[in-house]
Order: sequence, then structure tokens, then C-alpha cells
Amino acid sequence: MLAKRIIPCLDVKDGKTVKGINFVNFRDAGDPVELGRQYSEKGADELVYLDITASHEGRKTFLDLVKSVAANLNIPFTVGGGINELKDVDKLLNAGADKISINSSAIRNPRLIEEIAGNFGSQVCVTAIDADFMDGKWICFLNGGRIPTDKELFSWAKEAENRGAGEILFTSMAHDGVKTGYANEALAQLSETLTIPIIASGGAGAKEHFKDVFVEGKADAALAASVFHFGEIDIKELKDYLKRENIAVR
Amino acid sequence: MSVVIIDYNAGNIYSVVHALRRLGINPVVTADKETILSADKIIFPGVGESKTTMDHLRSKNLDQLLIGVKQPLLGICLGMQLMCKFSEEGGTECLGIFDVPVMKFRPEKHADKIPHMGWNTLMNLKSDLYKGLAENESVYFVHSYYVPLTEYTIAETSYIQNFSASLQKDNFYATQFHPEKSGKIGEVILKNFLEL
Repeated sequence: MLAKRIIPCLDVKDGKTVKGINFVNFRDAGDPVELGRQYSEKGADELVYLDITASHEGRKTFLDLVKSVAANLNIPFTVGGGINELKDVDKLLNAGADKISINSSAIRNPRLIEEIAGNFGSQVCVTAIDADFMDGKWICFLNGGRIPTDKELFSWAKEAENRGAGEILFTSMAHDGVKTGYANEALAQLSETLTIPIIASGGAGAKEHFKDVFVEGKADAALAASVFHFGEIDIKELKDYLKRENIAVR
Repeated sequence: MSVVIIDYNAGNIYSVVHALRRLGINPVVTADKETILSADKIIFPGVGESKTTMDHLRSKNLDQLLIGVKQPLLGICLGMQLMCKFSEEGGTECLGIFDVPVMKFRPEKHADKIPHMGWNTLMNLKSDLYKGLAENESVYFVHSYYVPLTEYTIAETSYIQNFSASLQKDNFYATQFHPEKSGKIGEVILKNFLEL
């Protein structure tokens, strides 16, 4: 039986892991490779490394990090951040990443999804969407939640799927970092809308939230960061709990 | 032991390289015929699209070479699909080592998402490739096309229906899943292959 996936997300700046609370005020949470290896040992199903570095030098550091992660980890990992063109994808995949995640660049240039899917296959192309519920609509945002767009979550996600995205990683901005649970209603609607897997992001604060996002939110995978980084939830204990709740996990 | 990984522009060959290095083997990534033919073990990995990849193999004359090798060969993911007869992906004539088709998943209900992506369990293990492994261990899959159950099936998994997670015929072995990404279980499988 296909297992629901638990995915720790590591935000990386200048080669070190950080995590934003509502996208600002970063706290340090350790060495990315070592942290990834620990998560893998504990039973994480995949990892996501997001490069939040802006500088050119930082990008090169990140590429070296991707190589190091690939050499040391035996589970799949996705990388994102700063991917604007096919060349960036090629570099990251060659460095050993299994999948790439694009966000703002896909909204700015939706054809990028088709190019990536066409060249490397849909399975490498995760389309990440940051959205916030405003005036009765889920509005997609650019640049890590800073700039609102005219795109609406469900129609944009469907468009991304049609263009060849292999998975949708949906972050509810209002839920992110506040640890009161995932945006299950929107996630369930997204799941009804799409035929590709959905990774839920934003809001994990307790084990129950993971159960809820799989049952109520109908998510295929659940991503979280700080609850894992700061040891608030142990992945092994989380999986034992989910098993007891009859959720298929590895 | 010399292990070659077929270099055919298939994307993410390095994850296989790294996985072997973690097992103490330093593989050679190559498309060179002599090097391939003189190796102890051959790994035929692959992530990509069937038609483009088959065209590439043919243009390098690697198709005939692969069909004729006598050493243990392990095809992974797209590698396994290309070892079959025909793929519905792009209507592609493949290598035909396994005389079976590769079909597109047809979802039966909305919850049947495509690609089949993530960790799924292995059942009805039949080969030395799975020596020492219990039933129902999880390995990592990512694919939208599948090989039905056949006489060559040496492991099954279940998604929408039961299908071939792994195939074997003589010296030809194949996995639909990615052993190089399947944690400790995957390492056992790769180690078993190296010990064949």
C-alpha cells in the first residue's frame, strides 16, 4: 500500500539551515547534511532543501550542498529556490537532486513547467504555491509570500498540472509557522481538483495535525520544518502514532 | 569488482553512483562498449521519457549491446521499462529483453493519483535479488507507466492493481522502484545484486 509521506523541509541560507516564522525572523537550526541524515535515520520519507540565499556566491554554496546531500543520503530529496530556467534545473539534477521545486518562476513563466517536464519528466517537477485566503479567494503570492498575484490557487494548480507538474506543494501562508494545523479545507478541495499528488505545507504543530492533513486534508504528503528541527515532534514517534491511527506510513 | 553504469543522458545517474560508493564500490559511468563488456556488473538506470531515451540508445548503438550482455545487468525504473518490449509512453519500441508491454496507469477513482510516487511495499519476493528481505518492506517508486504481472515478475507491489515491481530473466534483473533511494532496504537489494 502506498504510504503517506512525511517530509522535513530545510530552509538553507549560505549553507546553513534556517526556518522562518511567517516567512521572517529566522532562527538557526543546524547543519543541512547532518540534519538530513538524522531525519533519514528517523524515518523521514523525503527531504526538501529550499535555498533562500539571494547572492550568486550563495547559489554556488547551495550547489555544493546538493552534491553533499546526494552523496550522503539514501532517500529522495527535492531542491528549490532560485530556479529560473532550464539550465538551473539541469545543474541541480546533475548535482544529484531527485526533484526540483519551482514557485515564483513558474507563475512568471508558466512554460517553464512544460520545459522541465518535457526535458526531465513530470516526476522531477514540483510546483510550489504560496497562497493566502483574502476576500473570499485563495490568492497566490510571489517571492516567498511578499507579492500578491492575480492567480487563484485552484485554477493555477490545475494549470500547473496540465502543463506537466508532477506534484503540487501548497503552503498556506496564514498557517505557516503558527502550528495550529494545516489548511485542511483548501487542501481537500485541491485534492478534489487535481490528479497529481499534493504535499501539504504550513501549520504542523502536533502529531494530530498530521493525521488531520491526511484524513481531512486528503494530502499525499505532509511537509514540516520547525517542529522537526527543534525536536518538538520526533519523526519516529510521529510515524508510530500515525500507524496506530491506521494511516499507511512506512 | 568492476561496475559500470550506462551513461545515456538519463538524468540523475549520480544517485546510483553515490549509492554504490556508500557500499564501497566506485562505479564507472560510461557509454564505451569495451568498458561495458568487460565489467563484472552493469547498471542501466534511468529517469526520463521512453521515446527520447530509446532514440538516444539507438543513436549510440547501445541497444544491441545491452541485449547481448552476459553479465548480471540491473535496470532501474525507466531502465526496467526500456528492457520490455513496447511502452505506451510515446508508442515506443523498446529493447525486448522481457517480452512484456509497459502500460499507462489508468486511475479507477479520484484518489488514484498519477504518478505513483512514494514508498510502497514489496510482495511475493522470488529472486536472490531479495535475499534476506522480508515481505512488505517499503521501497521508493516514481512512475506513471507500469509493467503488468508476468512470468518474469520477481516482486509485486500494489497501486490501482498489482503489478511488477521487479523482473528477472537469466542475467537480466530490473526494478521499477529506485533501490538507490530506498534507504537501508534499497542498500540490501543493491548489495544482493553486486553479490550475484
